[in-house]
Amino acid sequence: MNSNNGNGAARSQGEPMKILVLGATSGIAEATCRLWAARGASLFLVARNSEKLAAVAADLKVRGASYVDTAVADLDDTSSHPTLLTHAINSLTGMDVAYLAHGILGDQPRAEQDFVVAEQILHTNFVSVVSMLTWLANYCVQRHSGVLAVLSSVAGDRGRKSNYLYGASKAGLSAFLGGLRNRVDREGVTILNIKPGPVKTGMTSHMKGSEKFADVNVVAKAIVKAVDKRYDVLYVPFQWGPIMFVIQHIPERIFKKLNL
Amino acid sequence: MSTSTLRPAAHGTSSASADSARRLDTSFESWGRFPKYPAHLVPMHWQQEFPANIQGLHNGALPVGMGRSYGDSCLLKDGNLIVTTAMNRLLSFDPETGILTAEAGMTLAQILDFAVPRGFFLPVTPGTKYVTLGGAVANDIHGKNHHVAGTFGNHVTEFELVRSDGSHRRCSRTENPDWFGATIGGLGLTGVLTWVSLRMRPIVSRAIDYEGIQFHGIDEFLALTEEYKHVEYTVSWIDCASTGKNFARGIFMLGEHAQVPGDLKPSSEPKLVFPVEAPGFALNHTTVSAFNTVFFHKQRKPRVQSLQDYEPFFYPLDAVLRWNRLYGKSGLLQFQYAIPWESARQGTIAILTEVAKSGLASFLAVLKAFGDVPSPGLLSFPQPGITLALDFPIKAGLTFPLVERLADMTRDFGGRLYPAKDAAMTADQFQTFYPQWRQLERFRDPVLTSSFWERVTGDRPNL
Ligand SMILES: Cc1cc2nc3c(=O)[nH]c(=O)nc-3n(C[C@H](O)[C@H](O)[C@H](O)COP(=O)(O)OP(=O)(O)OC[C@H]3O[C@@H](n4cnc5c(N)ncnc54)[C@H](O)[C@@H]3O)c2cc1C
Ligand SMILES: NC(=O)c1ccc[n+]([C@@H]2O[C@H](COP(=O)([O-])OP(=O)(O)OC[C@H]3O[C@@H](n4cnc5c(N)ncnc54)[C@H](OP(=O)(O)O)[C@@H]3O)[C@@H](O)[C@H]2O)c1
Repeated sequence: MNSNNGNGAARSQGEPMKILVLGATSGIAEATCRLWAARGASLFLVARNSEKLAAVAADLKVRGASYVDTAVADLDDTSSHPTLLTHAINSLTGMDVAYLAHGILGDQPRAEQDFVVAEQILHTNFVSVVSMLTWLANYCVQRHSGVLAVLSSVAGDRGRKSNYLYGASKAGLSAFLGGLRNRVDREGVTILNIKPGPVKTGMTSHMKGSEKFADVNVVAKAIVKAVDKRYDVLYVPFQWGPIMFVIQHIPERIFKKLNL
Repeated sequence: MSTSTLRPAAHGTSSASADSARRLDTSFESWGRFPKYPAHLVPMHWQQEFPANIQGLHNGALPVGMGRSYGDSCLLKDGNLIVTTAMNRLLSFDPETGILTAEAGMTLAQILDFAVPRGFFLPVTPGTKYVTLGGAVANDIHGKNHHVAGTFGNHVTEFELVRSDGSHRRCSRTENPDWFGATIGGLGLTGVLTWVSLRMRPIVSRAIDYEGIQFHGIDEFLALTEEYKHVEYTVSWIDCASTGKNFARGIFMLGEHAQVPGDLKPSSEPKLVFPVEAPGFALNHTTVSAFNTVFFHKQRKPRVQSLQDYEPFFYPLDAVLRWNRLYGKSGLLQFQYAIPWESARQGTIAILTEVAKSGLASFLAVLKAFGDVPSPGLLSFPQPGITLALDFPIKAGLTFPLVERLADMTRDFGGRLYPAKDAAMTADQFQTFYPQWRQLERFRDPVLTSSFWERVTGDRPNL
């Protein structure tokens, strides 16, 4: 391990980084974990599908993770979060980084007609994440350390007709992360808001043109670096920073007529 | 054509999500970029997804990997291609035995990235590392060490095969051995491979002890083959543009993994990508002859020795991603035969003469002697004798007649062609090369087929 970039996340010298991964079967999360595993990290993986989770865990173990433990849980069930998180941290004997990756794209056309569908998107992508971050942030504040790395999206930077429910869930998440950072950064806790552009994963493989989306390994590399360097916000691939800056500044009277 | 007898609908009724996931496009190409067929892409990320991912879909399905086969064996016109490359997890590795188990969509490049720093190398590797485990098994690929190590399948210890009826089979030499043999070299038709176990070989360095020896003519090639038959890797580049005194000149290349402990770091990513399709005239007789002359004389002395990294030794073409665009938009045709020893010398001279006469010079021509390690697959291509691989730019009215003549000559010399590198052989030719195809047909999953299989088993008219 490279000692001058591997030490960003607080942990004692030489000890493997302890990372809790929520939604570990996500394509982006898995690619990121492969890089951490190659460095010998300790991982606690949570996902809702046990077969997928077993394959991911086996792979990370073979790649060199010094410790891998797993739990199967549907993260929509917020009441189980405190028990789950306590169990995970006990298993890891501490936690340097929590990586929150679970999320759903949802079915926008159906969500426009049926609030139950809309609510599901908001619940999985926003409410359940807030529930976990509430617990995790307080845990980190007590210890004055930790990185909470959260997958939001460029879609949260401006609502568009093609996916505004997903966008709204991520916008809410980004606003929450901004506020949380404002509260806990001074306590030594890093809140990393990761905003990927379109990435080639299971979430997007049905979309037209998805073969041109960003490669998940490129995205993963940038995320590992952002965690090491304790960034606040990461646009990835990086060109999405300026792109979203422009998009956010298109006047509403023009934007509302666009087909985005 | 949806009524093709080879293409019954998959079990179940088509679900809304399966339908919305369907898009017909030509973005999945074979390496020769000929033929170009539209298909629905069904990305597969997890072992459990098959057969649910093709439920109710019509027009057949075919699992595919990196599309590094040249012709139509990795294509299915208007059907469903199950793209397995995102299913690429390592499942176990035992440094004591060298046995590595990984999901079938993992590429040999990804395996090397993992294994080389741990002091292990592939037991058999083709001329590109961008192929999947599934593809390596389904074509029972061979490498420069065939004469001592046999095919890729010779080093596979076990795999899992999943069929469209949902059944799972572990296959090895002792468990389901008939399915083991049918699936190795089985062209992806017997089911979807979900994971594969293979035995890796230890190395102490990335380096290869290399030697290059110039030769003139087939007899010198055969003498070198005999002299160096115990060297692990041997392959020859041969100039097939020249006639007269330069006829069949070439460079005999030998290599062995260095015995002196050295660097074991992983490879860096290639940086060069062939940017656009070259114009159709880029490869003509003049440019190809010039290339061949330069290649021959690049090695200034009759013999050179050096310590080489394994990348340029095994994968010289991988340094430029998408180099197949060099052949322009009409694509290229590969042609590879294996002719048994009885007529290997005669057949090779006859075919090289025919090629030189045609004026359609092959840019890259690779000559090698296959050894006598029996291939484990029912339809494996390698057999003891000589193999020659050629590639031709597709030129209207010229390339196909030549390749058909070469295929007939191959047949007359008792040889056969390699399905992974074919887009042209006729059903008749194929069925003479592989009379055992009917046995494979009995193991074929009723829902799986390929454009290649439809072409060579005569279900549909040629092209
Ligand atoms: C530059 C270059 C050099 C080459 N050199 C050699 C060489 O030296 N020796 C050699 O033998 N070959 C060589 N080849 C050919 C190549 O190794 C084979 O075509 C190989 O099978 C390609 O693997 P792939 O992952 O691209 O599979 P694809 O081409 O996508 O598919 C190949 C076959 O595998 C089947 N398949 C793929 N995945 C699965 C799965 N999960 N389950 C079941 N079936 C599956 C497909 O149905 C198809 O029949 C070379 C190719 C190139 C481009
Ligand atoms: N791909 C992109 O283009 C892109 C762009 C911007 C942001 N993002 C965000 O990045 C994150 C990861 O996405 P991805 O691209 O890696 O997609 P992905 O592979 O589909 O991953 C999403 C993961 O979330 C899990 N999940 C969903 N709901 C869950 C629940 N209730 N409980 C537990 N796990 C649940 C899914 O589990 P199952 O496998 O069991 O369904 C899946 O593993 C998401 O938050 C996504 O919004 C993605």
